[in-house]
Amino acid sequence: MKLLQSLILSLVLALGVSPALAVQPDEMLADPALEQRARDISAGLRCLVCQNESIDESNASLARDLRLLVRERIMAGDDNDEVVEYVVARYGEFVLLQPSTGGWNWLLWATGPLGLLFALIIAARYLRGRSATPAKPDAGLSDDEQARLDEILKS
Amino acid sequence: MITELGHFTLILAFMVAIVQAVVPLIGAHKRLPGWMAVAEPAATTQFVLVAASFAALTYAFVVSDFSVQLVYLNSHSAKPMLYKVSGVWGNHEGSMLLWVFILALFGAMAAWFGGNLPPSLRARVLGVQAAVGVAFYAFILFTSNPFLRLDVVPMNGQDLNPLLQDPGLAFHPPFLYLGYVGLSICFSFAVAALLEGRVDAAWGRWVRPWTLISWVFLTIGIALGSWWAYYELGWGGFWFWDPVENASFMPWLFAAALLHSAIVVEKRESLKSWTILLAIMAFSFSLIGTFIVRSGVLTSVHAFATDPERGVFILGILVIFTGGALTLFAARASTMQAKGIFGIVSRESALVANNILLAVSSLVVFVGTMWPLVAEMAFDRKLSVGAPFFNMAFTPFMVILGLILPIGSMLSWKRGRAERVIKQLVPAFMLAVALAGLVWAMQTGRSMLGPVGVFLGAWLVSGATIDLLNKTGKKRNYARLLRLPRADWGKAVAHGGLGITMLGIAGLMAWDEERVLVAQIDEPFTVGQFEFILKGVETVRGPNYVSDMAEVAVLKNGTEFSRVFPEKRNYPVQQMPTTEAAIDYRFLRDIYVVIGDAQADGGYVMRVYIKPFANWIWAGCILMSLGGLLSLSDRRYRVAAGARKAAPIAGVPAE
Repeated sequence: MKLLQSLILSLVLALGVSPALAVQPDEMLADPALEQRARDISAGLRCLVCQNESIDESNASLARDLRLLVRERIMAGDDNDEVVEYVVARYGEFVLLQPSTGGWNWLLWATGPLGLLFALIIAARYLRGRSATPAKPDAGLSDDEQARLDEILKS
Repeated sequence: MITELGHFTLILAFMVAIVQAVVPLIGAHKRLPGWMAVAEPAATTQFVLVAASFAALTYAFVVSDFSVQLVYLNSHSAKPMLYKVSGVWGNHEGSMLLWVFILALFGAMAAWFGGNLPPSLRARVLGVQAAVGVAFYAFILFTSNPFLRLDVVPMNGQDLNPLLQDPGLAFHPPFLYLGYVGLSICFSFAVAALLEGRVDAAWGRWVRPWTLISWVFLTIGIALGSWWAYYELGWGGFWFWDPVENASFMPWLFAAALLHSAIVVEKRESLKSWTILLAIMAFSFSLIGTFIVRSGVLTSVHAFATDPERGVFILGILVIFTGGALTLFAARASTMQAKGIFGIVSRESALVANNILLAVSSLVVFVGTMWPLVAEMAFDRKLSVGAPFFNMAFTPFMVILGLILPIGSMLSWKRGRAERVIKQLVPAFMLAVALAGLVWAMQTGRSMLGPVGVFLGAWLVSGATIDLLNKTGKKRNYARLLRLPRADWGKAVAHGGLGITMLGIAGLMAWDEERVLVAQIDEPFTVGQFEFILKGVETVRGPNYVSDMAEVAVLKNGTEFSRVFPEKRNYPVQQMPTTEAAIDYRFLRDIYVVIGDAQADGGYVMRVYIKPFANWIWAGCILMSLGGLLSLSDRRYRVAAGARKAAPIAGVPAE
């Protein structure tokens, strides 16, 4: 019930882009190294009620709760991966701004390399063809059109 | 009355567009000169009618006519005049009217400057352009009419979202739309060429200026949007990989690819079918972008007026035009014979590499943007694809692009000699490595991002310089630089600009510093090498907001060199607070100061950022657009445009 309340409240707060006053001084950990770890982790976790904002950037109250949770876990001695696992276990993989590679997600991650490979193969075949074929006789233009083309290209 | 006139002229424009889409296309098919000749006056008429309609809506906003529903919902009598005008396109209906206005503008320009086109090609281009117009007029009139009245006239309006009340954002949509919609002309040219069944060098030359101008507008539009995000959202982020940003970025990448491949068509008569395909894809991605923004399938910070009915309508437009064009392409592409032969090492191959990198990187952005939707529908997984993914998956393409760009741009056509070019580029490479090594030694962390960015920036800028100097001949006759074709200058400036933007992005991401704290009045604190003193906070009243304005002194080595005034505003009508960051813009870094809430035990929350090289990002964008404009002003396009005076002699006989 408390979650629902905070969800509604954050929804109200998060309508539109609100001015980012995300991390407040009172949330911050005293140890700068630990605080930096918390910031790094927070930057990769999505604020659930916002649109494409990390909890580090968002001023929604749910984001604040999550930031405090991350810091709590760090103080409890979790390492970065454990903190993230802890949050994912509670809120689902939706909170991960960087999607995992598991399941069909490999396809997402492979899009770039596979696309590049595919394009390179096609291009290589095309380029080899281009450098091998002899010039074809010009079939397309009539004399009239050729004269017009020349006139345009001359300029 | 004027509103009704605007409504009426919009309907008339719809009718004219239907005529313009039907008659010239039939005329071109049956070779009827009189029918083809309808296209030009129709395009002009359509433009005048939409312009009148747009003016009518603008008038309603300017005089704050709250009997018009759209004005009531998006304006307020106390709003400054600039934002009353920009409010016209700060909402769904008005922005669609701006969209068709620009569509008609480009159509009319193609009619006015298309005098040297073969009559049938011109008729087809204008016909296809009008067909796109018909779809969007129908969309506006049937699902998003901006001219609807209210029965009871309210006393005042509901105001525009305060975040949108900003000079940077006032002009961001028009530029973006000029780019998006400009690509429709390239699309029309591609479809017309497919209908004609012929693509030649002249076609490449006609398409290139339109691509260039669209790309320039897109560059300016995207840069304005990102600059706005930087100074307005309050923490200095400049790019979020938000679905809507991606929607504008994909057409930009495709337009960049298209304007390079059109060079190959123009100079070498190769890559023809690929260029046609790119032109179709570039505009299709503009439509996909519109679909993403308006349908709300991907929730995003920008999504205004999301509505399933509208989404389905735009999806229909997308399917008809993209599907139709691709079908036509499949049927006709084989008729396009490439002529030029070239070796593996040549400018042509380099431009193919450019196209591959731009197209595949765009594919990565597309798949990343749509993946949450795919995963939810196909695998029942609710997941997010955010900035970390895009930074990781997209950046390598830009790094490779930057690495090969200076070499590729100096290879000669047909058959180049790589070792000669590489020899010429040795100084640029050494300079880039030296600078990258220097910053690597100077920085505190071990991140490679900064040095790589510095390397690419220096490599691209010095590479472009060497390319220009090469053209002065063996004896280094520098006077020749001034006589070079403007396209050469455009190329160098745009490529240099890309390098500067890359350096800016890498520098900002690698070396920014941040501090969040509670600042007490007159108690100094340090961030990086600077010292800050909060002098005081007072309440200031603006035209339609109330502001808490802080005064902050910035010191270095004990001497004050700047005083900044960050604000926290509240807009009472929309009940919405905004932060106005104060930024001390400098050549090598910005100082970015934000004031937060007052604390119960005194003092204010403040966040201070040092943002190195921030300005370089937008300076590079300005250079890229300037390069595009220089290319556009090249003599060969001006002459081509002037040639239309001679055209009537050989051109269309009157009816």
